[in-house]
Amino acid sequence: MTVRLAQTLGRAVPPLALVALLLGVWWVVVVESESVIFPTPWQVVTGTLEIAHQGTLWAHIGSSLFRVGSGFLLATALAIPLGLVMGWVAGAYRTLNPILQILRPISPIAWIPLAILWFGVGDVSPIFLIFLSSLFPTVVQTTAGVHTIERQYLRAAENFGVSRYKLFRQVVIPAVLPQIIVGMRISLGVAWLVVVAAEMIALKSGLGYLIMDSRNAGNRYDLVIAAMAIIGLIGLMLDSAMRRLEMLKIVRWRYAR
Amino acid sequence: MRDKLDVKGITKGFVTDKGPLEVIRKIDFSVADGEFVAVVGPSGCGKTTLLNIIAGFDLPDAGQVTVDGAAMHAPSPRGIVISQQGSVFPWLTVRGNLMFGLNGRADGRTIADHYAALVGLKGFEQAYPHELSGGMLKRVEVARALVVKPEILYMDEPLAALDALTRFRMRIELLRILSEERRTSLLVTHDVEEAIHMADRVVVLSARPTSIQATYRVPFAHPRKLGSPEVLGLKETILRELGL
Repeated sequence: MTVRLAQTLGRAVPPLALVALLLGVWWVVVVESESVIFPTPWQVVTGTLEIAHQGTLWAHIGSSLFRVGSGFLLATALAIPLGLVMGWVAGAYRTLNPILQILRPISPIAWIPLAILWFGVGDVSPIFLIFLSSLFPTVVQTTAGVHTIERQYLRAAENFGVSRYKLFRQVVIPAVLPQIIVGMRISLGVAWLVVVAAEMIALKSGLGYLIMDSRNAGNRYDLVIAAMAIIGLIGLMLDSAMRRLEMLKIVRWRYAR
Repeated sequence: MRDKLDVKGITKGFVTDKGPLEVIRKIDFSVADGEFVAVVGPSGCGKTTLLNIIAGFDLPDAGQVTVDGAAMHAPSPRGIVISQQGSVFPWLTVRGNLMFGLNGRADGRTIADHYAALVGLKGFEQAYPHELSGGMLKRVEVARALVVKPEILYMDEPLAALDALTRFRMRIELLRILSEERRTSLLVTHDVEEAIHMADRVVVLSARPTSIQATYRVPFAHPRKLGSPEVLGLKETILRELGL
C-alpha cells in the first residue's frame, strides 16, 4: 500500500514540477517587464477569490454547465437512435450520410448569426449551437460501431432465432456501446469548447461572457486568465466523468484485452 | 438407424474478379440420428462453405439439405453452429450467454446453471468472458448450444484456435459431454487425429472443387487409444487419401 502510494506520488511529481516552473517563469516575466495590464499568478488567484466571494463566479459556471448539459443531452438523445438506424438500415445510411457529412465540417461558430436570427440572444442560441456540435461525433461513432459489429455475434443471434427486440437489446446495442461512449466523450469535449465561444457573443452570463466582459469592463486580465483556467479545469473534470463510463461492467470487455 | 440429416447434390460456386470459381461439386452424404460424423479435407477446400450451407447460413447453387426429411433454408435453433473464432458474447456473463437462446423462460436460470455445471463451469456463472481462458470460452459456447436442446451440433474447426494441450483436453471433454447429452454431430476439421478420436464416421473431401473422396467408419470403442496400431493405421490411410 505504501509502495503504491509512493509510486502514485512519484508519478505526480514531474507534471506538478512543470506547472510550478511555468508559473514561476510567468511571475518573473511579469515582475521584470513591469507590465501594468498583465497580471501575476497571485493577482489571478485574488481575482478569482474576489468573484467567488461575490457569487458571480458560481453563477457563470452554473450558466455554462446548464447550456452544455441541455445541448449535449438533447444531442445525445437524438444521436444514438439516429446512429443506430443509420448503421443498421443501409437505405437510411445512403439517404442521411451525405447531408450529415456536409453539415459536419461547418464550425458551430459559423452558425452564430443564424442562431441569433432564429433564437435571439437568450439561452436557446448557445444550447442550439452546442446541440449541433455535439450531435455529429456521437452519430458518426455509433454508425461506425454498428458497421463494425463482428459478424459471428450476429450469426449466433440468427442461429438461436431470437426476436428482433432481443437482437437489438442483447447484441447490437451492447456491441456498439463502447463506441457510443467514445462518441459521447468527443461530443462533450466539443460542446464545452463551443459554449465558451457562443457565450462571447451577446449573453449576460457564462464563462465565455466573463472573459469578454472582464476585458471590456476595465481590462481585468486577472479575471480573463482566471476564467480560462477554470474552463480548462472544468473541461478536464467533464472528460474524467465521461471516462468513468468506460469502467462500466457492460463495456469492460472492450478495454480489458 | 434413420437419417437425421441428409445432404443431397450440394453444389456451390462464387463469382470472383477472375471469373466463376467452383467450390463444391455435388456432395452427398447423410448423418444418422445420434451419429457423429467428421468431415476432413485440405485447407481452403470449401469445408466451411459446406458447413454454412448445411446449417442454413448460405444457399447452395444446386442440391438440398433436409433435416428429418424437411428442407432447410435458414438457420434455426434446431442446429447450432460452434465455430473456430467463437461467438460467446463478451458483454454478457457466462449465465447471460447460456440464457441467451432461452427467450426468457421462467426456469432459464436453472437450465443455464445446469449446463454450466455439465461443462465444468460451476462457480463461473457470473464471470465475464474476458476473465476466462480459451478452453473455458469453448466450454461456454458448447453449453450455450446445448441449452436450447438442438437436434444437431455443427462444429466448424471448433478447437483449432486452442493450444495443443487444451485442444486435446477439450476433445475428451466434448466426448464426455456428448456421452451425457447425445446429439447428432457434424464436425468439420483439418485435423485427422481429431476426426478419428471423436467421430463414428469420417468423410474425406478432395481439394477444390471439393467432392467426397472416401468415407471411413471408425469402429473403435471409446475411450479410444490414439497410440494403438488400428488407430494409427486408419490415420495413415486417411492421410494418404489426402495426398500426404
